[in-house]
Amino acid sequence: MSKVTSMRDAVAEVVHDGDVVAIEGFTHLICFAAGHEIIRQRKRDLTLARLTPDLIYDQMVAAGTARKLVFSWLGNPGVGGLHAIRRRVEDDDPAPLELEEYSHFGMVGRYTAGASNLPFFPLRSYFETDLPKANPLIRPIKSPYGDETVYAVPPLKPDVTVVHAQRADAEGNTQMWGLLGCQKEAAFAAKRVIVVVEELVDEAVIRADPNRTVIPGLIVDAVVVEPWGAHPSYVQGGYDRDNHFYRDWDAISREAASTQAWLDEWVYGVSGRAEYIEKLGPERLASLRPSGAAPSGSVDYGIYR
Amino acid sequence: MSEPRPAERSAPETQAFTKSEMMIVAAARELAGQRVCFVGVGLPNIAVNLARLTVAPSLELVYESGAFGAKPARLPLSIGDPTIVTGATAAVSMFELFSFYLQGGLVDVGFLGAAQIDRFGNINSTVIGDYDHPRTRLPGSGGACEIAINARQVFVIMRQSKRSFVDRIDFRTSPGNLGGAETAARIRREEGWLGRGPSVVVTDLGIYHFDDSGEMRLDSIHPGATLDQVRETIGWEPRVAVSLAVTPAPTVEELRLIREQLDPDGAYRK
Repeated sequence: MSKVTSMRDAVAEVVHDGDVVAIEGFTHLICFAAGHEIIRQRKRDLTLARLTPDLIYDQMVAAGTARKLVFSWLGNPGVGGLHAIRRRVEDDDPAPLELEEYSHFGMVGRYTAGASNLPFFPLRSYFETDLPKANPLIRPIKSPYGDETVYAVPPLKPDVTVVHAQRADAEGNTQMWGLLGCQKEAAFAAKRVIVVVEELVDEAVIRADPNRTVIPGLIVDAVVVEPWGAHPSYVQGGYDRDNHFYRDWDAISREAASTQAWLDEWVYGVSGRAEYIEKLGPERLASLRPSGAAPSGSVDYGIYR
Repeated sequence: MSEPRPAERSAPETQAFTKSEMMIVAAARELAGQRVCFVGVGLPNIAVNLARLTVAPSLELVYESGAFGAKPARLPLSIGDPTIVTGATAAVSMFELFSFYLQGGLVDVGFLGAAQIDRFGNINSTVIGDYDHPRTRLPGSGGACEIAINARQVFVIMRQSKRSFVDRIDFRTSPGNLGGAETAARIRREEGWLGRGPSVVVTDLGIYHFDDSGEMRLDSIHPGATLDQVRETIGWEPRVAVSLAVTPAPTVEELRLIREQLDPDGAYRK
């Protein structure tokens, strides 16, 4: 059964006010197209979970969609801070923003516990740090098999996880390559999953390379085909990270007014990703193509009858 | 002990390299002989990549984003850049990276930056001021907290200032030698940490190692820097090695690699 739908319909049907939403992807495969559609549909009171809130959550927070962030690293990598989020946290401007903070391993562990239906995830971290004081959900736990104490983090089960990938079939069987982040864990942990892909492929393409399947259609609710849907994040082998935009955002987001003006032009001012890409223009897109190809060798799975 | 010659600010030959370039080169050289290095965002990224091209050609670069044995063809702005995947030994999930590679004990050196550090190498990268009402909200741990605990040793690279080298850090994000070497060793043993903690801090003025008490000690001062500058940019009275060395200046080749290959835009070396 085909689950292919438009981004507008997918977000309207799958994302509700008050939901815990995880748009995952570690630097790679961050679905800005979904984040922008959530802004356009003026969803409210969301709890936004991501290891690195990145520009996408800075934009969603600036647009007033969120009341809370669950995260482990709050910055613009190699550039600086996330100013819209910092205004909310440092100055309560225009309203306070609740924070629930972990480390990367803690967040990965939370999705893993959520995906595996476990009550907690144990890890060797947080010893002698102030993080368990800042977040009382990070708790010490004694080993049942000895004297050792480790720390535990609670499961994270998002209402909605959005995963961007290179390709999927119509049922949502999804393949990706490059940095995998914790997209698999976040998808399996979620109640509902939206998969957004650069390319829709035939089921036979998926079945020809089953090791590359990260998410089975079994857990997918909607498939959206949205080329360039990750820009200014990137897609391995497809397009590069738009580092110029990551640097530009630092200036754009310094003031609330310039942030809103950007949202007006690039999010509210376009009907969807196709119009956004048209607005970026062919020159910008061409500059983001990889400088060459680096195809993997193919492997032989064999036929066994 | 002889005081290094003070910098002659007007002499053009002392401008042959910047303080940042000296810092990056000194940090890279500290990696000689190391095998597996976990690379943090920012300055560690350029230092580790310089080491791979100079003193540590067999260094395996681990990025928390999920690359093992990365061979970046350009210096990535972020630690999740596509160039760290193409040609890498392995691209793995973050679960595998943190569970099997880091917590499993395979990382020799965790290379971190920081906003604040104290004399015992405890690191703050979370907030300046009170946690609930911070004056400045910093990025937070990322992977730094578990790197500090599970990497066999920790290297730190950061610029010195009264704001960053402080008597008391505002928040302990990543543990160093806690309140001193004895306590730290006991706690690390009792709690089963794999790491022995911080071993090197490289700044724009010099190189520190940690003495038997677990406190930072200036072992080498960079050419052009003075002890007065060191004292003016540190929030406590720093320990100085009896036989204080002067860091050898960057070589022509090290500078060429930084300027032409690693940082052509000058983002890190200013």
